[in-house]
Amino acid sequence: MWDWDYALSILPRLLGALKVTLYATFWGFLLASVFGLLLAVLGRSRVKAIRMAVFGFVEFIRSTPLLVQLFFLFYSIPLLFGFSMTAFMTGVIGLGLHYSTYMSEVYRSGIDGVEKGQWEAARALNFSKARTWTSVVLPQALPPILPIMGNYLIVMFKETPLLAAITVVELLTTAKNINSMDWRPFEPYTIIGLLFLVISLLVSLLVGIMEKHLGKRHTR
Amino acid sequence: MGSIGEWIPLLWEGTVITAQVTLLSAIVTLLLAAVTGIMRLSKFKIIRGISYIYVLIFRGVSLLVLLFWVYYALPLMGVELSKMTSAVLAIGLNFGAFGAEIVRSSILAVPKGQWEAAQALNLTPTQRMFRVIFPQALVRMLPPFNNLMIELLKATSLIYFITLTDLTYQAMILRSLYLPQTAQIFGLLLLIYFIMASIISMIARMLERKLSAGRM
Repeated sequence: MWDWDYALSILPRLLGALKVTLYATFWGFLLASVFGLLLAVLGRSRVKAIRMAVFGFVEFIRSTPLLVQLFFLFYSIPLLFGFSMTAFMTGVIGLGLHYSTYMSEVYRSGIDGVEKGQWEAARALNFSKARTWTSVVLPQALPPILPIMGNYLIVMFKETPLLAAITVVELLTTAKNINSMDWRPFEPYTIIGLLFLVISLLVSLLVGIMEKHLGKRHTR
Repeated sequence: MGSIGEWIPLLWEGTVITAQVTLLSAIVTLLLAAVTGIMRLSKFKIIRGISYIYVLIFRGVSLLVLLFWVYYALPLMGVELSKMTSAVLAIGLNFGAFGAEIVRSSILAVPKGQWEAAQALNLTPTQRMFRVIFPQALVRMLPPFNNLMIELLKATSLIYFITLTDLTYQAMILRSLYLPQTAQIFGLLLLIYFIMASIISMIARMLERKLSAGRM
């Protein structure tokens, strides 16, 4: 059933595909982090319409499957707007948008954790809004939530196989291709399963260490 | 040109399959979560260990890869499962591991006085868990389980990959028939999922009201 020689022979191809998976994770995470922060800040806007729009967007995106969102982006955008993106770019945008809604909640919890006195102090010092955010609120809101963001990095990494549905040649697609050529599903699927498992466990170990480290520095 | 009226029958068939898989996987998830979550608090190291390893592995895997593995690789080990069983097993195992953490942390969050009171009343450990601690933990579990069930509903869309004819699968068929209306079809599909998720939230809120009546 398990053939070591065969497993070793397909390993280089799978490791090559792992690069695509990691790139997609990285860019998706970056997008989710930036857009999620934007959503979190806009969610505190004084204008009710903006708050409502952000809330609706977050609720809708969070309640619907990433897979369907990817299909929507990949197949509808060319028809609706007349331009098309590469599958990889669509995948990164879909992944990033989907998890930005989760990330905005994480930011929100961090921002809510900043004491009210800090906002008042910034106002008393006559700081502008931008300055209040960048030099008072965010430096205090971000460190405690880094481990939670790390957990979402792992979640996103494990979701990248969904990009196979829109023809991105990442780990799962490569395993499928190998299987359709050699008709041996056991080795490729087991190897990629283990790759996902080992990498996510390693990263969660790192996140755990970070959490301990931060716990020491930020106990107030 | 097609219209919503022509799409309904196929989408309804898909909705039924999606609801079925969601329900069955939810049952497996809740059972596994309750059992392994309580096992994590056992006084026997081996029982704690088994549950710890289960959670570690099935939280760490990628669900889609697990689904592929169960459906395509497992038959080579002599275990051949139907599409439905594979789907329910993969989703249940994966979400059960997340649920176990919810169960564990909710039990641990029950105030210490309750444990001590149960002990003072001379209840056996089993009585203490199932008559005193677990019912109180259950109320705490509901909001996180609501989120988990919505994640589970969303995850059922992955069974499209093993050609189970769920909502997503049917929508892809509709798309191939009515190509120019791709955006409308997927828009409608997103809306149906959103409605299903809202129903789950409604049920969870109802349960919460019922269970917390007379408490806290």
